[in-house]
Amino acid sequence: MPTVNDVCHHVRSKNAGPYWVTFDLFFKDPESFGRYADSPALGPPQMERLFGADPALVKRFTVPSLNVVKISYARSSPQGGMVERDMHCGQQFVRLLDVELDAPAGA
Amino acid sequence: MPGGPIKIIVPTGSLGAGAVEAEIRYGLSRGAHAIATDAGSTDSGAAYLALGISKNNRGSVKRDLTILMKAGAEAGIPVIIGTSGQAGGDRNLDWTRDIAVEVARELGISPRIALLYSEQDKTTLKTLNAAGRITPLAPLGPLDDATVDACEHIVAAMGPEPYMAALQAGADIILGGRTTDTAVLACFALLHGAPSGPSWHAGKVAECGAQCTVYRDRGSGVLISIGQDGFEVEPLSQDNRCDPESVSAHMLYENSDPFRLTEPGGVLDVTDAVYVPVDDRTVKVTGSVWEPKPYTMKLEGAAASRFQTVMLIGIQDPDVLARVDEFHDKMLAALYHRVHSTIGEAAGDFHISLRMYGWNAVSGDKPPEGTPPPREIGVLFVATADSQEMASQIAKACNPYFFHFPLSMDKELPSYGFAFTPADIDRGPVYEFKLNHVVHVDDPMALVRTEWVDLRKVEAA
Repeated sequence: MPTVNDVCHHVRSKNAGPYWVTFDLFFKDPESFGRYADSPALGPPQMERLFGADPALVKRFTVPSLNVVKISYARSSPQGGMVERDMHCGQQFVRLLDVELDAPAGA
Repeated sequence: MPGGPIKIIVPTGSLGAGAVEAEIRYGLSRGAHAIATDAGSTDSGAAYLALGISKNNRGSVKRDLTILMKAGAEAGIPVIIGTSGQAGGDRNLDWTRDIAVEVARELGISPRIALLYSEQDKTTLKTLNAAGRITPLAPLGPLDDATVDACEHIVAAMGPEPYMAALQAGADIILGGRTTDTAVLACFALLHGAPSGPSWHAGKVAECGAQCTVYRDRGSGVLISIGQDGFEVEPLSQDNRCDPESVSAHMLYENSDPFRLTEPGGVLDVTDAVYVPVDDRTVKVTGSVWEPKPYTMKLEGAAASRFQTVMLIGIQDPDVLARVDEFHDKMLAALYHRVHSTIGEAAGDFHISLRMYGWNAVSGDKPPEGTPPPREIGVLFVATADSQEMASQIAKACNPYFFHFPLSMDKELPSYGFAFTPADIDRGPVYEFKLNHVVHVDDPMALVRTEWVDLRKVEAA
């Protein structure tokens, strides 16, 4: 079953202000993008499972001209708190790499 | 815009990151009308606003300011800097002002410098909040006075209007407090009649300098040219290029929404923007739309809360590395026990965390069963307490356990690799952003104070 890492040539994460984290998934080709852009496996339940995100505060956008899916969620604690481990959220993408795209939501 | 497109040199993604003199010369040769860049952001955390300090060192900011102010003076075009000193608070701005004045004296130039302050006093904000003029953005709720009081400094992100007013009043150099990146780059074009959609979109594309180019390691800045039907962007470095993908992809960067960007007084909507190559290094963008909205300014507030002391050890012992999670859990329990038994209730509501670098420090997750042992790990000890003194005492109480904690008791006590002595480092307060709110204003200037340093007058006096 293909993973995010299999079908994307680049995946990145970054803080979008102190309260939001955003992911950009650059798919390798229009076929992969077309097949998986709306995959339930990249839905709010997955973000809840991987990051503890509130599913109601998960946004997803598709950018067909770039074969990109963007996913953003609100952090449960703001940037820089007592237990901060990734100030710029630049390492958060790693948890997405092994997500299996044909799997149901949050699996 | 009687004379064709408005051309702005964006020399670098952030003042102090490294402007390149040859790039500025190229921009001037292309007929640039202004030089504009921001000097910070919230990215690196709340400490810079809470403390009023810059992230970039003084020397690199001075170096960039020297290049830009020299070019601006020689070409007779304005130099526009936003979010001065990383956070754009009053102290950050004053720090930048002092450097700019020093540079002017060294260059022998006498510019009129406008200072745009957007730090807010707490009484004003409480009054605005009580009047229903401050509203929250997700995920935060309504603002209360206690949160305002908890902040060390609060800034409101300016739009382009204070900059436009300063330019009209004859500013040669503008040093702004906290401002949206886009507004800093869009203000000159907006003042000179360029359409709003392309002006704002050009500002967004260029906000990180060469980040919107194909080869981000080649050069530092870009040139944006804003005309009636759209805008063009090209790298300032001759061996670099922009293509439609590099330019359009930049709307993704650091934005939670790739199509719509909320700014003071409106929303930039690029849903229908079209990106086409003009030549092998320049991209033209059309179809950017500006939707006017009621004027809001985003508030940023930084608080200093509890205090931390840290220690660091390195471990190569293969017995520990084969059982890192078990080691972590046992050591953490022992450290808590040690603090309870030696400091007791005086330690208050303290917190200890152990970050196992090389294993799971960044995620905090338990690695899956069967994950091979690392070659070595670094263990960062972080104690958090109500005072610096108590955090320090907690670290000192833990020091022998942290340094010598055995995986099993049947061997002699190990010693792990401290990197320095003394082993404990008082780190200061935890700095946090407290606000994610906007303030509604009828006048874009209402919460902004403009001051002038007019070196012409100083010279004449």
